[in-house]
Amino acid sequence: MGEEVKLIGARGSPFNCRVEIALKLKGVEYEFIEEDLANKSPLLLKYNPVHKKIPVLLHNGKPIAESLVILEYVDQTWEGASILPQHPYERAMARFWAKFIDDKCMSALWNACWSKGKEQEKAIEEANELLKLLENELKDKKFFGGDNIGLVDIVADFIAYWVGAIQEVTGAEVLTKEKFPKLFEWAREFINCSIVKEKLPPRDHLTGFFRIKLEAPDTLKYNPQVR
Amino acid sequence: MSDHVVLLDSYPSMFGMRVRIALAEKGIEYEYKEEDLSNKSPLLLKMNPVHKKIPVLIHNGRPVCESLVEVQYIDEVWKDKSPLLPSQPYQRAQARFWADYVDKKIYDAVRNIWTTKGEEQETAKKELIDYLKVLEGELGDKPYFGGESFGFVDIALLPFSTWFYAYESLCNFSIEAKCPILIAWVNRCKEKETVSKSLADPHKVYEYLLGIKKKFGI
Repeated sequence: MGEEVKLIGARGSPFNCRVEIALKLKGVEYEFIEEDLANKSPLLLKYNPVHKKIPVLLHNGKPIAESLVILEYVDQTWEGASILPQHPYERAMARFWAKFIDDKCMSALWNACWSKGKEQEKAIEEANELLKLLENELKDKKFFGGDNIGLVDIVADFIAYWVGAIQEVTGAEVLTKEKFPKLFEWAREFINCSIVKEKLPPRDHLTGFFRIKLEAPDTLKYNPQVR
Repeated sequence: MSDHVVLLDSYPSMFGMRVRIALAEKGIEYEYKEEDLSNKSPLLLKMNPVHKKIPVLIHNGRPVCESLVEVQYIDEVWKDKSPLLPSQPYQRAQARFWADYVDKKIYDAVRNIWTTKGEEQETAKKELIDYLKVLEGELGDKPYFGGESFGFVDIALLPFSTWFYAYESLCNFSIEAKCPILIAWVNRCKEKETVSKSLADPHKVYEYLLGIKKKFGI
């Protein structure tokens, strides 16, 4: 039976990237529709009227929004490498850490990278606490998912790749080899996975985008037009 | 092998109520431990070192934290009775989406209501009603958010209704007047024994909230 899979997204977004990695893991072919977030299309507003954000997966015309919801849907719908573990307790742990990254880490790391002076000192302290928890959770595993990438690794894509790009532009030292050797090594392994590498936006596109943001400080508040 | 289940909880907690309902729906026997949130027990700090919050479900000594993660865990472990999530992937995704909406929108909106005054409070009230109306739209004329069966989204949202009386009394407005369909759904759910025995009494919640406001000078 013919299957139609489309992804409304934005290639610079870590939330979008999560879904692209998941679809690639499952070997799903899809049409990518790039969204201009400054000028949202009728298509996006139709398929995500509640939040009006990307990514939105369209499977045979039916929309699914919110990247964590999409990841679980992709895992359930298509065969291939598992995104979530099989055992209920491990699944609960994966969901817990995915939520931890989304609820706490994203905004804290963003703030730590972009703020200045005393505010940045405080923000970096907060980020350190969170990254320490993640490093402890990683322990001696290659990935959060074990030998292969899983839900938590995919959800942490911002930490593995985007944080480094922002640090390059702002000079912030949030995730460094000295402070978090295990996490730093995990990030390197993650972005070098063939499936992930293929789906990450080019580094110079990201740094270019962030350099522009540096010039426009009022766009710096953590307010993702993406989920 | 028999299961040993413990729930670390706090009576007025909306998040705790979600887990209580899920456990009741599955007919699971468990030990309920009331936490004093101003004096957290060593057990809580050990079982939820990351957030130090309730509810925490402890199953055969292993902790699960975050209420919706716990509800999904309960559904997956005790899968032979009263499914809480739909089995069909698209419907499951919709259930997760709307439970996530409740988490993202409703909690902050209600918190803003009782922690602010004047203009800010008026804005918070309006926001809450707007979000509740979106949920009403999603419910439509179905008996439950899950359709014919009570499920995940119902469990995610229901406990907030136990706090409505408190907000209405404190801030002088009526949620029922603005969202009659939602209140009808609340009353329908409360006809289920698993729900009525799991929800806190709204008057006790109101007293609790007054206590918090006094204690912290809010």
